[in-house]
Amino acid sequence: MSDVTVGDELPPLRVHITRADLVRYAGASLDFNPIHWNERLAEEVGLPGVIAHGMLTMALAGRLVTDWLDDPGALVTYGVRFTRPVVVPNDADGALVELSGKVKEIREDGTARVDITARFDGKTVLSKAVAVVRLPS
Amino acid sequence: MALDPAYVGHAYPRSETYEVGRQKIREFAEAIGDPNPLFRDPVAATAAGYADVIAPPTFATIMFGRYAMASIIEDAQLGLDYSRLVHGDMTFDYVRPVLAGDRLVVTTHIAEIMQRAGNDFLTVRSDIDTEDGTRVVTAYAQLVIRGDA
Repeated sequence: MSDVTVGDELPPLRVHITRADLVRYAGASLDFNPIHWNERLAEEVGLPGVIAHGMLTMALAGRLVTDWLDDPGALVTYGVRFTRPVVVPNDADGALVELSGKVKEIREDGTARVDITARFDGKTVLSKAVAVVRLPS
Repeated sequence: MALDPAYVGHAYPRSETYEVGRQKIREFAEAIGDPNPLFRDPVAATAAGYADVIAPPTFATIMFGRYAMASIIEDAQLGLDYSRLVHGDMTFDYVRPVLAGDRLVVTTHIAEIMQRAGNDFLTVRSDIDTEDGTRVVTAYAQLVIRGDA
């Protein structure tokens, strides 16, 4: 990624999230909120079903950027807004999340701004998903 | 059940030390399905110029949940209804990546409280520092507490 130009697209990433992935992420992240593994409790609070941890979607979108970077430590700022839930059905395929990103701006301080899009079921699930990365000098 | 705006500026006591382990980083990387060798192989991490394996960018969510969220939820005076809580946004500012072997402490502040359309919005900032006070990551989160309507 030595010659980064505004408009460059990051290699896209498609990830299937299953219920088993949610259980594993709950354990690794220590986020045991039952809306991420218990259908009954998720529906009781008005959700359409078990939903993925927003932070898991954020992690997948982060991987889109760190896969593109030679050095994941070149990330300076990374932020997202959670706008729609990723509903994960109780089947083998789970939910398909599609991630893409584009270089939006190259700054004089040697950093670049990457805008990320995360889609599930034809709709975006993150907004203001932005990573600022340090470019190799 | 509006949150009290006088809480803005409130800081919670600094957390215990969270010692970052190689195996915890590996477990987290596996849970997000990320095969990057810098998250699991000390030789690859050293070759890339790091003292040890580095953590994926969102690894700090573990410390945010364990200390910041716990402080807020257990704060009876703040009176936040956990069952109505939704994560609105999350931002991390990195000075450097979190490394295996880091001994980190978390200090959490209430940065903003506002009401809109019957919902409460609480913005929290957590400073994640080494024990000697050197900043590693700052985490900002907006939490939405849905109203009755």
